[in-house]
Amino acid sequence: MEDSFIKALSNIVGEQYTLSDPESLACYGYDSTPELQSRPGAVVLPGTAEEISKVLALCNGTGVRVTPRGSGTNLSGGSISFDAGVVLQTSRMNRIVEIDEENLTATVETGVITSTLHREVEAKGLFYPPDPGSMNISTMGGNVAENSGGLRGLKYGVTDDYVMGLKTILPDGEVLKTGGKVVKDVAGYNLNQLLVSSEGTLGVFTEVTVKLIPKPQAKKTMLVHFPQLEQAALTVSHIIAARIIPATLEFLDRTTIKCVEDYAHVGLPLDVDAVLLIEVDGHPAQVEEDAAGIRDICERHHCSFFQTAASTEEALKLATARRVALSALARVRPTTILEDATVPRSCIAPMVKLIQDTAKKYDLLIGTFGHAGDGNLHPTCLTDERNPDEIKRAHQAFGEIFDATIAMGGTITGEHGVGVAKKKYLPKLVGESGLRVMRGIKGAFDPRGTLNPGKIF
Amino acid sequence: MEYVKLINCMRCGMCLPHCPTYKETFLETASPRGRVALVRKFQEGELVESEKFLEYVSLCLDCQACASACPCGVNAGELVAEFRCERKQEQGLSTMEDLILRKLVPHPDRLEAATAPLRLYQRTGLQKVVRSLGLLKVFPSALGRMEGLLPKLPAAPLRQTISEVTPAVGEQKGTVGFFLGCVMSLIFSEASLATVELLSTLGYKVVTPKDQKCCGAPNMLGHDIDGLKDAARFNTDLFQSQELDFVVTDCGGCGAELKKYGHHLDGEAAATAFSTKVRDISEILATEAATLKDKLKPLPIKVTYHDPCHIAHCQGIRSQPRALINLIPGIDFRELPEADACCGSAGTYNIEKPEMSDRVLSRKVQNVQKTGADYLVTSNPGCLLQLKKALAEATPPVKVIHLTELLQMSLNA
Repeated sequence: MEDSFIKALSNIVGEQYTLSDPESLACYGYDSTPELQSRPGAVVLPGTAEEISKVLALCNGTGVRVTPRGSGTNLSGGSISFDAGVVLQTSRMNRIVEIDEENLTATVETGVITSTLHREVEAKGLFYPPDPGSMNISTMGGNVAENSGGLRGLKYGVTDDYVMGLKTILPDGEVLKTGGKVVKDVAGYNLNQLLVSSEGTLGVFTEVTVKLIPKPQAKKTMLVHFPQLEQAALTVSHIIAARIIPATLEFLDRTTIKCVEDYAHVGLPLDVDAVLLIEVDGHPAQVEEDAAGIRDICERHHCSFFQTAASTEEALKLATARRVALSALARVRPTTILEDATVPRSCIAPMVKLIQDTAKKYDLLIGTFGHAGDGNLHPTCLTDERNPDEIKRAHQAFGEIFDATIAMGGTITGEHGVGVAKKKYLPKLVGESGLRVMRGIKGAFDPRGTLNPGKIF
Repeated sequence: MEYVKLINCMRCGMCLPHCPTYKETFLETASPRGRVALVRKFQEGELVESEKFLEYVSLCLDCQACASACPCGVNAGELVAEFRCERKQEQGLSTMEDLILRKLVPHPDRLEAATAPLRLYQRTGLQKVVRSLGLLKVFPSALGRMEGLLPKLPAAPLRQTISEVTPAVGEQKGTVGFFLGCVMSLIFSEASLATVELLSTLGYKVVTPKDQKCCGAPNMLGHDIDGLKDAARFNTDLFQSQELDFVVTDCGGCGAELKKYGHHLDGEAAATAFSTKVRDISEILATEAATLKDKLKPLPIKVTYHDPCHIAHCQGIRSQPRALINLIPGIDFRELPEADACCGSAGTYNIEKPEMSDRVLSRKVQNVQKTGADYLVTSNPGCLLQLKKALAEATPPVKVIHLTELLQMSLNA
């Protein structure tokens, strides 16, 4: 990148926040996605919406591409610049602008960490439900761009169920305001929801207004063992069919259980096919009733063990099994390819079975865990990037898994986004007309193709 | 360095919110994930050891908070330290490093002699004159910072005054060796006396071998592996020649280093046996909670606790100090926000990287002020030095004491 351009960037955001040394560029060439690696031309860390606007206008005018980035926890390569453009990191914009207790909304700058918002609103007896696995690191802007989910998705939905208003800078530097604090708003196209999950390809968010709800009064956490996979899967379907909606209904398969136990020693059984972690919350009486109903269903489906946490500490301990799943798997082999296949809830059992069979077919170690309640599974392939043959087999296996997912009426990503990692599967999912409409939208927002090029399609 | 240790980092970013330098800068290069990437790129030949490269790598406080946070068991802090050690072994020690790490630190008598002028300087009133005239501004800034941090030294280092054997009070429960630590003995001898008193009150005979040497942590910090190994061998032989149930220390840094002797000496049986005997004072005292509880008298004060990195992250000791503080009747314990975040002392980091150290420290001070506590308790001399000065200057000032001093206050109340 030319010195004069770097100088122009630093005139906007300051020298301290304009990076172009090889060391910095190397450190901004990755996010959490395995295998993907590149090197941007420069990195800027703007501190205000105005600076973002000026940076975008400059880049748009000179044909330089811009890749927005929060904390770089993206799992589909969405925050990597693959064309030596500018990486724009929003972390410095981290103020909670307002918690509006009358309207039950919170307005935050885009770089606010998700769990910081949780802490602040919960201190006021309020609740922001989306809780992605990376919530202690991920930024609100990134959550909105990727439409992040989390462990509470089953009952409470995902990020786009909570985003009420956005301030977005368009690629030419113009400010676009969408939505706001009003609960009902049907004026024109729903640009607000369109921007959620746009993966940084339409604009850069500077401010997000989210809906808050009252904090649930009570919670109960349960851990259930199942000797057979089918029983666990049927239990999931029957809990939902019984009109009980737990906040959390998580699943771990045998491979995952073994890895978690080997590393974390949380007391999981090694002789069962599946474990479910179930959490119900809400009014105390309802929580009691739901927990009793769940216990009944689990027992009717021959669970071998049913444990209810007696205290908050014990609940945390039980939840640990699920929370450490990925980390436990990651300790087994150096390269962890975590996928995001999502099927209708009724297809959980055949899907898990298919993943296991595919792993066997390609001689791979794949552990599956995930949000069984909403059908969002994370088959995680444990590989070593130094073994190209193994990596090739892993990609072949995932190709088959995604074909099956689509055939079952599922989707190629439930919460991580398409980015570059899932690009090749998108046409199969949305078809030619889907792609044409999406490309048209991109063109309307970003005619020069400045923002996050090469992502999604 | 094993390459696989570097590729084990899955770049999930779980370390970011725990890294003090990332929290101050939001820069990848100042994060554990970024430092692993830098070292990896260096190994892969993509980056060279430029001035910038060294600057980024040396910004790490080595607080190991990233290791506590890493889900895949990568210790980014240690990897960076290992990298710096390897480079140092190729380059060799500088004359100054050789003087300090080989000729001064391993010889307690020389170290004590070297601090004698300081004692004189403080006692003759010269310090007062120098400070009131602002003469420190004339000295090079590093020297000025060192002088400013120094509290009033005891009349003599504890190693010189303590008896080799302190008998148990009442029936003897066991025998423990006491590892003094240089800074504790030289500067915080009163806290160490409290440690010995607590141990003997609880029925332990305390053996304090006078020949003991520095634990080797300064060598580790200076990336002098050979010096570290010499220290490890010497202390292992000295303490293993006694019949001891445990080796106790009240210095977080020494404890962390002593527990690694087995590793440092490549699994030598004697060193490993020694390491398994080492206990932080809070670990021993926590097992005696019931006995201790009966002896403690009420202290109606507001207290908070700062987790030293070498206690919390390196030794995994978090609950014991809090449980001990809460044993004291009438005490008002307030949890410190970000309690296990580094205070910025980090060995000699506060002198070498004053700007970042001050930013990290200032965050700590603000967090302490949020608790409204009168006393901040901690248990590592580096933290004591750094926090005593900063919190004496805060409004309102907060007293900083070692955990054993607090317990002794309650014993004698």
